[in-house]
Amino acid sequence: MYQIALKMLLANRGKYLGMVLSLAFTSLIMTQQPAVFASILTRTYGLIDDIAIADIWVMDPQAQSVEESKAMPDTRLSLVRSVSGVEWAVPLHKGSLKVRLPDGNTVGCGLIGVDDVSLVGAPGVMRSSSMADLRMSDAVAVDAEGAANRLAVRTERGMRPLGVGDALEVNDRRAVVVGVADATPTFQSQPMLYTTYSRVKLFNKSERKVMSFVLVKAQPGQDHRGLAARIASETGLTALTADDFRARTLQHFIKRTAIIMHFGTTILMSFCIGAVVTGLMFHNFTQDALRHFGVLKAMGADDRTLLLMILSQALLVAGTGFGLGVGMAMIMGNLPGDPMGMRLSPLILAVGGGAVLSITLVSAALSIRQVLRLEPAIVFKQ
Amino acid sequence: MVCAGLEKRYGEGATAVHALRGVDLTVQRGELLMLVGPSGCGKTTLISVMAGILDPTDGTCRILGQDMTALASRPRAAFRARNIGFVFQAYNLNPALTAAENVSVPLRICGAPVREAMRRAEAALDLVGLGDKTESAPGDLSGGQQQRVAIARALVHEPQLIVCDEPTSALDHANGQRVMELLRRVGTVDGRALVIVTHDARIFDFSDRIAELDDGRVTRVGTPGAARHSPGPSSAT
Repeated sequence: MYQIALKMLLANRGKYLGMVLSLAFTSLIMTQQPAVFASILTRTYGLIDDIAIADIWVMDPQAQSVEESKAMPDTRLSLVRSVSGVEWAVPLHKGSLKVRLPDGNTVGCGLIGVDDVSLVGAPGVMRSSSMADLRMSDAVAVDAEGAANRLAVRTERGMRPLGVGDALEVNDRRAVVVGVADATPTFQSQPMLYTTYSRVKLFNKSERKVMSFVLVKAQPGQDHRGLAARIASETGLTALTADDFRARTLQHFIKRTAIIMHFGTTILMSFCIGAVVTGLMFHNFTQDALRHFGVLKAMGADDRTLLLMILSQALLVAGTGFGLGVGMAMIMGNLPGDPMGMRLSPLILAVGGGAVLSITLVSAALSIRQVLRLEPAIVFKQ
Repeated sequence: MVCAGLEKRYGEGATAVHALRGVDLTVQRGELLMLVGPSGCGKTTLISVMAGILDPTDGTCRILGQDMTALASRPRAAFRARNIGFVFQAYNLNPALTAAENVSVPLRICGAPVREAMRRAEAALDLVGLGDKTESAPGDLSGGQQQRVAIARALVHEPQLIVCDEPTSALDHANGQRVMELLRRVGTVDGRALVIVTHDARIFDFSDRIAELDDGRVTRVGTPGAARHSPGPSSAT
């Protein structure tokens, strides 16, 4: 009987395609938008992920997130190092400045200053040269995405990516690109410059305090949360494990911006539109086929059989629509030059699939109601 | 089939419509009974009650010894699926299915495997002379051919009772005669009973008995010859 149900559905091509396309676009929005949102959220704590070696992040108590830090005096570094259980602690600068490119253009960039000795905080993957080259005179590294886009240099032959050997001007000081690194893009999508902590002080001569964070490695066997609490109580600073800092950054970002509202509204609207369109079309489709359901009922098909027939129709529509929608979302997410990026997680797929399934099940329920209430004697009426 | 004291009332109180007013009727095995009468006399209501797809307000209808009015919805549906075949005025073939698939529907409702159902459906189509049309869509068949497909569908699961609602009214005379010849030939074999609702006096001769209805009552039951000379059904055609 399922085969008959599916043939009935596929024979009504217009309504079938209408329902599938409606669910496909609903699925597209319900998976693509959360995936983009997840990608944006990831960017807010990208630096924490990039510096995975640090167990604990120490910061000024007024710092809210990795994007919004408050500089501390260097003396705080010694305080942190003196807490028992700390294997090592290094400074990290996170700030921003303006950079003049070789073609004379000025671009706002993020600046990461890493410990001169250990280079902890520098990106792990360098596309050209080695991170150790940061110790060279005037050396900076740039992130690959920034080098290829915002920092691209205008030449007589057009634009070219900023590359090794290019000279920059930072606060009237010369800087030379010694490497191009892979790094997680930041929320602001700024190009990132990496240099040593001591060179940050040269670039920011007017600033007395440039230490944004102290990165701490716990001694083996130390409980990270316990050590963080100890650091906080002994130094008066805020100390968080990497996981806690990531969560705090995320929460701060969600609270401070209305982005979740924007994405939520779009997703809700797509759900409502998908539900209304699919519901109406499925209802109309069943209305068209009501006489045939009546014939089946008269011939002895019981309510359970008819219910399963309609459910199988609904599931085919849902499956096809969801598959098409997710397929379109994946194509969009893999388009070259996509500035937003996507993180299409199994959770997003499950929630999107659940939403589409609920739309079709509610639509099917309305149709099932019509069929179950149907008086089979209608088959004897013209 | 034995119907006793069948009453069917639609609505309540002063606005109630009495479609059946105490119908007593018996149909024997192997018999072809026609129900005739003017429009609105209760023929369709009676055939619906006889087929177990409409509950009477009062009275009983026993088919093969089973009181249909005493059965709950699900067992009644199962009883219909096994024992009753249907032929409709408008054929009611599913346009999404081929002729053979349409014919196989009663078997599939009874739970037959698809392959077996299709094999038997093709045999039934062969029986009604449409062995070469198994893959045709209903829309590609003439009216007479569609009605023959509908007859094959009514026969395929070998029911004990076939109910037909105006099986020839949408057909021209020649096709109507062919359809009735077919129904007479294959519809009453093996003790199967056939109940046909019709207005068409030209097919009366195919019946064994004719029951005339008027205003919800059976006014006369007799032979085809008697019915042809009666003013009731003849004037309605």
